[in-house]
Amino acid sequence: MSDDHVYLSLAQGQDAGADGGEGDARWAFGTGFEDPLHGVDTAVPAGLDTAELAARCLALADDALVSAQRLAEWTTRAPELEEEVALANIGLDLLGQARLLYARCGQVDGTGRGEDAYAYFRDAADFRNVRLAELPRGDFAFTIVRLLVLSGWRLAEFQRLTDSPDPVLAAVAAKGTRELTYHRQYAAEWAVRLGDGTEESHRRMRAALDAVAPYLEELFAACDVREEVTAVLAQVTEAAGLTMPAGAALPGAGRDGTHTAHLAPLLAELQSVARAHPEAAW
Amino acid sequence: MSDTKVPRGDWPLYEVFVRGKRGLNHVHVGSLHAADDRMALTHARDLYTRRNEGVSIWVVRSDLITASTRDERDPFFDPSADKVYRHPTFYDIPDDVPHI
Repeated sequence: MSDDHVYLSLAQGQDAGADGGEGDARWAFGTGFEDPLHGVDTAVPAGLDTAELAARCLALADDALVSAQRLAEWTTRAPELEEEVALANIGLDLLGQARLLYARCGQVDGTGRGEDAYAYFRDAADFRNVRLAELPRGDFAFTIVRLLVLSGWRLAEFQRLTDSPDPVLAAVAAKGTRELTYHRQYAAEWAVRLGDGTEESHRRMRAALDAVAPYLEELFAACDVREEVTAVLAQVTEAAGLTMPAGAALPGAGRDGTHTAHLAPLLAELQSVARAHPEAAW
Repeated sequence: MSDTKVPRGDWPLYEVFVRGKRGLNHVHVGSLHAADDRMALTHARDLYTRRNEGVSIWVVRSDLITASTRDERDPFFDPSADKVYRHPTFYDIPDDVPHI
């Protein structure tokens, strides 16, 4: 590997200081952890539309929370152990984004609520996630197609949000783009393998695309990144030997609080423990 | 990607090596199953870099590794035990000279 240049690595080790030389023995202990909001001024900038900012953070956080919950449903059920860890990691990345966004929402919307208040003590009608996120887990093909669409769409929005006037939202977006790039890549690679796989996997992928297509319009109404996202989807489906179905979009939008019947049971499960013991400390 | 048309029922085993940010070499950290080389790489990223362990991953299919065997251990490794003169410790190296 060309970057294994001994002297360069040594120079880095010497510059870094005392713990530079023990690499081998301590490989299992990562170093260089950094708080994602390190160095970010959390004061709300003057002149910002706080209601709009709060609504945006809340909607993005709800998307992430609901998506993470659906991904978590693969725990103990994934086709392979490695896929289980991969899907759990993706869910945890989204959960981390949700936490930061809920916290920001609480700071900005004037209520001072914490993350738990948003996640555990709101009803389905108060959630602002897109409906695609709340659909049931489905089979692995559906999960991959949904992940491809949602991560590509979220990535496009986050790339724009790195320029947000709110420093915290910009920092969360910057961190999120790296995570979402991997999520999209993971989903794209699986989509190609399944689409270009056996007849069974190809059939399931077509069914998954048919199931997801009616919910696409809602995503672009929430954030108009249509061209980028459809270009990526076209590229992936072509490599997978599939085609994006054209179809009628379903009316209504999760951003307005209109949800399918699937959100309430999801929240009932998610919130059951917290609501049973509202004063509990974790 | 695979160039065979017959689906395989199992995923081969891969050995994973990770290099830390300050490390000089890739260290063997474990193994995993994957359908192909690229999938092995992403699996390794998901399984073995969760705690910020490293910045570079190598994956190798386990059946491509040639390893020494237990019955050969004596003729392979014992002869070097009594040849201490091969060790480069018989001259002084000044402190400000980097690794040789």
